Order: sequence, then C-alpha cells, then structure tokens
Amino acid sequence: MSVLSQALWVLLLGSLLGLELIGKVPPTLHTPLMSGANAISGITVLASLTLIQKAGDNQALLLIGALSLGFALYNVVGGFLVTDRMLAMFRRKGDA
Amino acid sequence: MTSPFLSIDLLTDAIDLVAVLLLALGIKGLSKVRSARGANQLAAVAMGLAVLGLLIEIQPGPLAWLWIGAGSAAGGLAGLITARRVPMTAMPEVVALFNGCGGLASLLVAVGVALFDSASADMVALVSIAISVFVGSITFTGSIVAMAKLQGWLDTPAWTQSSVRHVVNIALAVLALVGAVLLPGDPTGLPLWLVVIGSSLLGVGVTLPIGGADMPVVISLLNSYSGVAAAAAGFVVGSQLLIVAGAMVGSAGLILTQVMCTAMNRSLLSVLFGGALGASGGSAVGGGGSEAGYTRITSCSPEECAMALEQAERVVFVPGYGLAVAQAQHALRELSKLLEAHGVEVSYAIHPVAGRMPGHMNVLLAEADVPYEQLIEMDLINPEFPRTDVVIVLGANDVVNPDAKSDPTSPLYGMPVLEVDQARQVFVVKRSLGAGYAGIANALFELPQTAMVFGDAKAVLNGLLSELRSMGVGKVVAKKEKVAA
Repeated sequence: MSVLSQALWVLLLGSLLGLELIGKVPPTLHTPLMSGANAISGITVLASLTLIQKAGDNQALLLIGALSLGFALYNVVGGFLVTDRMLAMFRRKGDA
Repeated sequence: MTSPFLSIDLLTDAIDLVAVLLLALGIKGLSKVRSARGANQLAAVAMGLAVLGLLIEIQPGPLAWLWIGAGSAAGGLAGLITARRVPMTAMPEVVALFNGCGGLASLLVAVGVALFDSASADMVALVSIAISVFVGSITFTGSIVAMAKLQGWLDTPAWTQSSVRHVVNIALAVLALVGAVLLPGDPTGLPLWLVVIGSSLLGVGVTLPIGGADMPVVISLLNSYSGVAAAAAGFVVGSQLLIVAGAMVGSAGLILTQVMCTAMNRSLLSVLFGGALGASGGSAVGGGGSEAGYTRITSCSPEECAMALEQAERVVFVPGYGLAVAQAQHALRELSKLLEAHGVEVSYAIHPVAGRMPGHMNVLLAEADVPYEQLIEMDLINPEFPRTDVVIVLGANDVVNPDAKSDPTSPLYGMPVLEVDQARQVFVVKRSLGAGYAGIANALFELPQTAMVFGDAKAVLNGLLSELRSMGVGKVVAKKEKVAA
C-alpha cells in the first residue's frame, strides 16, 4: 500500500469513527463537547513541532513554526482547561 | 545489537496508537454527563502523549528546542490565563477565539512549508498545503468575526443582508480556488497569497451576515473546519496521528452542528445562506427596541409577583440569557431556596438553546449551585405546565413564544418552545419590551394570564426576595426548622 492510500484510509476511518462517537448527546453537554473537541483540534501542535524540526537553521521558518506552536497550544491548553472548568460544575451535583 | 532506530520507531508507534485510542475514548466520554470530566482529562493526556511521542521521534536539536520552548511558553501561559479569567457567560466567544487560533496554527504551518520547504514537497503535500491554507484561513477569520459579533464589537452591516453578499462570496471563493489550483505549480509565488487572501475574506464574508442567534451553530461548524484543517496539516507534514485526530474532530463537529440545528429548528443551509433570522420575517417587529407591536400589555410590580409566588404550590423558572447578563443566577438560587423552604415545588425549565449555546444555561446554573435534578429539559417539562401555578420567565424570549406553535407566518414557526402559556399565571421579567435575539414580537406578552415585571433580572429577583421575607416567608421557615430540630 502506498503512503498516500494509507493516509487516505486513515482519513476515511478517522472520519467514520468521529461520526459514530457522538450519536446521542444531551443538550447539557453540547457546549462542553464543542469546547473539548475544539481543544483536540489543536492537535495541529504536532505539525508545528515537525515544522520547527524541519526548519534547521532557517530563522524565518523557525519563527513561523514557533508562532504556529504558540497559537495551537493556546487552543489546546485553554480549550482543555475551560472545558474542565465547565464540567467541574456538573460534578458537584453528583457528589451532593 | 539491534538497531536503536527500530526500537524508537516501535516505541513512538505504540505511543501514537495509545494516543489515538485515548482521544477516541475521550470524545466518546464527553457525550455523557457522568464520564465527561474524566473524558476531557483523558483527551488532554492523549494530547500530551502524542506530543511526547513526536518529540522522541524527531529528537529536536538545541536550536529547535529553544524555539519550541518559546512558542510553548507563550501559547501555554496565554491559554492558562484566558481559561482562568474568562467568565462563564463569555464561553461562546472564548471557544470561537480558541478555535480561530487552532485554524491560524494550521494555516501558518502550511504557509511555512510552502514558502521554505516546498522544494522537497511532493504532489500530495502541495495539494494538502492548498487545502490546509484554504480551510485554515476560513476557520481563522470566520472564528474571529464570530467572536467579535458575540462580543458586540461588530454589527451586522446592512449590505450583508442583501443578495449582493452571495456575489461577493462566490467571487472570493473563485479567487481562492484559482489560487489553490495554481499553487502546486508555483508554491512560493502569487497563488499562495491568492488562497490566503481569498479564503480569509471569504471567512469574513460568510460569517458577517449571520445573526447572533445562529452564531453557536456557526462556531460548531468552524470547529469542525479546524479539525479538517488539522487533518490537512497532517497530510502536509506526513503525520497519520494528526490526520486521524483531525478527521475525528471534523466529523464529530459536523454531527454536533447538525444536532444543534435540529434543536433550534434551523437547517444548516438556511443558517449559512439565509442571513440573520427575522430580518425579512413576516411578523417581525422592526429591529431593536420597538414597542409598536404590542397593544395589550399588563405590567405589575415585584410586590404583586411576590404575592402570587407566596400562594403557589408549583413554580417553574424559565431562565434565559438575560438572566446570565444580569449575573442573577445566584439571586435566583436564593429565591428558589426560600420558596422551597416555604413548601413550594420549584423547578427550572431548560430550553435546548437557552443561554447562548446549547447547554450554556446548564453551565451557568450549575455555577450557582442549582441542583442538577431541578433542571428539567423541554420535552419533560412541557406536559407539566398545565398544573403549574406560576411561571417566571427571566430574560428569555423567543423560546417561550407561543407563535412558534400556532402562527404559520411567524419566522419562529415550528421551533420547539417551552409551552409556558399553559400555566395558570406567567410573569415575564424583562428590561423593556424590546424584541428578542431574532427580533420577533412575542404573543405571550399579550396573553391575559401574563404580566410583565419590568426591570433588570437581578434587581427584580432581589426585590422579590425582600418582599417575600417581609411577608414572613423566611421567618416561618426558620421557626419550622427550629421545631424540627
């Protein structure tokens, strides 16, 4: 199997998995789910890291890579923490 | 000696697989109340693992580490501060902001590779760059416009409500597509900028005409796009983990968008291309605070409202975004505690899109310590309204409009609403008779059993509290409790 067709399979199966994963969501969780999924989409940090690695000593590319890493991490860190803050509030009623 | 590369490859592959598994479990767990918080943490761990695996694989040199450190520190710290500081009411804006930054990151990666590393890029990478730039730009500018509109920094300009906008947007899309098609032939030149500029403006052009009420759907859709952008970036740098994670978020986001549309009785197409709701609707009250549409309004003081509450056996609160804006959740919680102690049965009717995003109101009330069991979803509470004595609507409007059931000419017709008009008495707490988000007159206000209590939600609730206390509602309770103890 060529690298491309392998990657396309991964794309296809990943998409199908995403469709299956959230069939029924109670409206309560729409906001946290949106914000959690949003944090996961910040996984593009991996691309930023790869770019920095590839840059060698090209300063411009290093800068672009670091900028993109910063924005992606902002998405990831902020996204997960904010989701946790929301979900922590739901937790209390379970304990009470 | 075995080759050290083989073992490192094996290790990083294993880490990647575990990361994908945990991410999938995370997304799945996020859709159930019980497991949601753990699932979010699981997904965060998965993300950490994925980064760790990649760092082991690529083994950055000292210079790369320096830049990685700088970028991580800045982004991570900013994320930490934003997440801590943001008030719960501003959640939709913040999700949009984070999302825009994710899109921008994918865009930057693709532009970087195109400008400086395209000599070694094959056709697949070049096409992926075009897609990544296209989707990344739309996600970025679209999310920022969505955030600005929700914050009230941007209005809906009049020209965007005419069909001129379709011509403009199609022209921009064509511009971006031409660039995308030409890009693989000349990755460092003009076509790249055509895509960047064309699709950035397109992101603005498609988001700007959309009204505030529909914005959550747009944010959810843009969230799905940022997954697609990440997957495209995965093709650019050759990371299968990135492809699979991006694809999962992309398709899960699409489903969530659809679920939200259903809850608001809007089709995705009409959200995207229909312009702001109510702008051309039949019975729309001309924008903003026009009161001309109403003729039979009864208004009353908090005193009268308190008297009705004191005698009620069953009270339902309908909280809306106005409650959150007034920061009145805590006052509401106080009031309902007082009523419960007085023997009144209290519950809260939660419309699926109460607040500014589906589920937003649950978050806001949970923050005020309202017990989860008292938050009742629309389908369960609607049959209960006929045996409810008093309904108090706090800063909600369109979601209690009976026209949605009975008036086929209403722009809201068909939207599922809370049937508060079935209750014996309805009090609507509102600042003025201004129209709701959608700019539509509300027939509920003119019903004989409805009375308007004008004022800020928090002030009215505090007024009710002191009225009830002066009637001795609180004191009786205190005595009862002493006796019981």
